[in-house]
Order: sequence, then C-alpha cells, then structure tokens
Amino acid sequence: MKDYGVFDVIGPVMIGPSSSHTAGAARIGKIARDILGTDFNRVIFYLHGSFAKTYKGHGTDKALVAGVLGMGPSDENLRNSFEIAQAQGIAYEFIEADLGYQHPNTVKIVFKSKDKKDSYIIGSSIGGGNVLITNINGNKVEFTGDYPTLLIKYYDRKGIISRITSVIANNDINIASMKVTREDNIATMVVETDSVIGEKIINEISEAEEIIYIKGINPMLR
Amino acid sequence: MFNKAEELLRLCNEKNKRISEIVIEKEIKVNKTSYEDLMDRMHNVLRIMKDSSKAALDKEIRSVSGLTGGDAKKLEEYNKSNETLTGSLIISAMAKALSTSEVNASMGRIVAAPTAGASGIIPSALLSAQEKLNLTDEQVIMGLFTAAGIGEIIAKNATVSGAEGGCQAECGSAAAMAAGAIVELAGGSPEASFHAASFALVNIMGLVCDPIGGLVEYPCALRNASGVVNGLISADLALAGIKSLVPFDEVVDSMYRVGKMMPEALRETALGGVANSPTGEEIKRRLLN
Ligand code: SF4
Repeated sequence: MKDYGVFDVIGPVMIGPSSSHTAGAARIGKIARDILGTDFNRVIFYLHGSFAKTYKGHGTDKALVAGVLGMGPSDENLRNSFEIAQAQGIAYEFIEADLGYQHPNTVKIVFKSKDKKDSYIIGSSIGGGNVLITNINGNKVEFTGDYPTLLIKYYDRKGIISRITSVIANNDINIASMKVTREDNIATMVVETDSVIGEKIINEISEAEEIIYIKGINPMLR
Repeated sequence: MFNKAEELLRLCNEKNKRISEIVIEKEIKVNKTSYEDLMDRMHNVLRIMKDSSKAALDKEIRSVSGLTGGDAKKLEEYNKSNETLTGSLIISAMAKALSTSEVNASMGRIVAAPTAGASGIIPSALLSAQEKLNLTDEQVIMGLFTAAGIGEIIAKNATVSGAEGGCQAECGSAAAMAAGAIVELAGGSPEASFHAASFALVNIMGLVCDPIGGLVEYPCALRNASGVVNGLISADLALAGIKSLVPFDEVVDSMYRVGKMMPEALRETALGGVANSPTGEEIKRRLLN
C-alpha cells in the first residue's frame, strides 16, 4: 500500500481545471525544454487520444506552451502562455494525431530551430499530474521526472556501465532505478537518483569516450 | 501509522488526542518534516483556498471553454436578498464552493482536495465553519489535517478518482473529509468525525461521473455546491449524536465496490449520465469543433 503524505491528499496546489490535462501537460512541456534545450523558435505539438479531443476546453494547449516556456504547473501565468510565447517570438502549432498504441493523454513535442535538426520527446499524462516520458528523439525511454534523472547514450562496450555507476557512487549519490536499452551497439541508459544531479557528475561521466550524449534533469517542485 | 479508520481511532483513544494531532505526528515522522515547516505549508494551502473561495463571488469568472461561469456571483447576490429558503450559511457555502470550481475551470490556482474536480468542497466547508464558529486560522488548519487523515484512508483503501470510482469517489470523498473535519472543529469526538464522514459517503453512494464534453465543469460545479452542503449536514447529524450503523472502513469499502461495479460510461468518459443526454451531446459537438 502506497503511503500518502497530507499534501498528496490536500494538494497539489495547481492551476485548473484538471491535474492530468493541465498540470501534467505543463510538466511534459517543461521536461521537453529541460531535455531538448532552449534553442528553438517553433514548437509543434502532436496531440493523441483524449488530449486531441479536449485540449481546447481543458486548456491543455496553454499548459503545454507554458511548459515549453519553462513555467511550472502551479504558475498562474499558465493561462497567458500564448501571449508570452508571442512576445518571445516563439511560434506554436497543435496537430491532432494518432501516435499509435499510447496512453490516451499523450503528446509528441517537436522543437524546431533555424540551424538545428528537429528534436522531440513523447510523453503521457498518466493522472494526478504525474507524467511518463517514453521517447526522446526516437530512443525509447521510461521515466517520470519525479526523481533527478540522468539520460545517457553511449557505444556499448564492456565495463561502461560499471564506470558510469561508480562515478555516481563516488559522488555519494544513490541510484533509485536504472534502465538500459540497446539498439545495435548504441545503448540508452536512464538512471533515477535520490539526490540532485550536478554539473560535476555529468562532466566526469562525459570523460568516457563511449559517451555520445548525456543530460541531467532535476525534478521541478510540485 | 494508520491505514484504516479503526487504527486511527485507536491511536486517538490511546493517546487521548484528536485526529488532526495524530495526522500531524505521523506526517512529521514519515516525511521527516518539522512542525513549523508543516504549519507553514498548510497556511499556504489555506491562503490559496481562501482566495479561490472568494474570487468568483463579486466578479464573474468564465471557464476556458466558455461553457460555464458566473454562478457563484449569482448565488452571492441572491444571498444578500435575504429571501432564501435554506438560509445564509447554506447559500454562502454553496457560493464559495462554486467560486473555487469556477476558478478551477478558468485555469486559476486551486488546491486539489482531494482532486481538482472536487476542489470547492473542503475550502468552503472549513471557511463556513470558521465564520459560524469564530475560529482562528490556526484552528481551521487543524481541520485541514483532519480532512487529510480521512482522505488518506479513502485513497489507501478505495479511490478518490472519478475515472476509477465515479463522482462518489471525488465529491463524496471531499464531503466526507470536510464533514469529519468540521465535527472536530466544532468540538466533536474522533468517533463522531468518522460517523459524519460515513454519512457523507452514504448520502451520495453511487453518484456517477458524467462531465459534459469531458470537461470539469458541468455537473462538477453543481456537485461541489451540493457536496459542501452534504458535508455540513453530515457534520450536524453526527454532532447531534447520531451514529453510523456501518463503520467508516466498511462504508469506504462499499463505496469502492460500487465504483468497481460502475460501467466505464459512468466514470469520467463522458459517455453516460447527463454527458450523453441530447443536450450534453450537442454541447460536446459544439465544443469539439
Ligand atoms: S462529475 Fe466527474 S469530473 Fe465532475 S467533479 Fe464529479 S468526479 Fe469530478
């Protein structure tokens, strides 16, 4: 039986009208920004399932835009996100889409910029403001963003996993969960930890020549 | 630690403490927070609840979809006319509940209690009790901890989600939490709090979740208004000394089983109830295009 804190029951403080359609949407948008970066001038949201059907009435569209602008789920400016995006020169577009076999509240967020290749994430709002990120630029992943999370892509060679985990351990950080998937000889690792991930760990892991990509994201306050 | 009302009541009796005190003790122990920190956070919660309960009383707030809004203000004005049937406390409580629901539907800030859909009930119930019983904010905050303890028991043993258990699980749970909290604030025993919580759940057992167009607006706001009244009268029943024949834990279990028996059409899918009345369907068509 999951244990509840008082603020799980009397809370969270959030922007209405619906934790899965607003708070969850804002969180997915924010995670997209944390992962894909701030270097974009256009965003396309592909909305799937119930997101596609009710995004206007629920304000899911505004929440998604707010998230990619960096706002958290309890930011009262959520409802003004379209105007704020416009002021920042960021264009956005919503497209109803069938993303295949996915949770009904799923969105694919594509970041576009002038001189970079498109990048994207796919995430689902799974209830109560909780989210699950399932894909980053074609790499299947699975994490919630509730924990500090390390995303690492690397050439899979013997010893690399233990090298990564020992850097984490040497920095006195406990691993809460770890998942590795592999396609050809390129592996994707998602590590969730119990404490905040700093620059130092990322730099130390990057020293391994197998590393193609590494990103640390820390959870936002709820 | 407690998972059931029976255990929480035993702790209250052993330590001769109120429900709120046991909930606070547990929170400090389990989540390793300090008393001061806990109180600060709950003060913040109360502040947001007060704001949302009042925001739509003197100005019309419309929903994002444009479907609903302005009703809290209507009730507030009606209350001033002094010609109401049920009296000022009830009308004002309904107006406050509607206010939070309207703030929620307009993408304003609310506290999910236990969910966003039912977020109008607990604030309105506690603020109504505060006005009637002349309580300080510190006392009202104790009521929020009592409500949290009751809500925790429901969430652990059943569900507080409309998609899982229908509106009885959302607005019913909120009313039960509110009822138990008010009883404690009015000086009732921990047992009486759980009698009140049982009444609130029994009163609306079987209530379906049928939001028009899938939006948290109609009948949601109405059920926040009736939900706070359910909470208030359930508290009065218990304060009068009336006892629930069926213990709270069994009532919660019954509510859960009823939820499981509900077809999916009646659990937030907008495929049953007023959501799929001809008018509900017509509104849905309009909203989706
Ligand atoms: S009808 Fe459904 S969505 Fe509306 S308040 Fe009740 S449970 Fe929530």
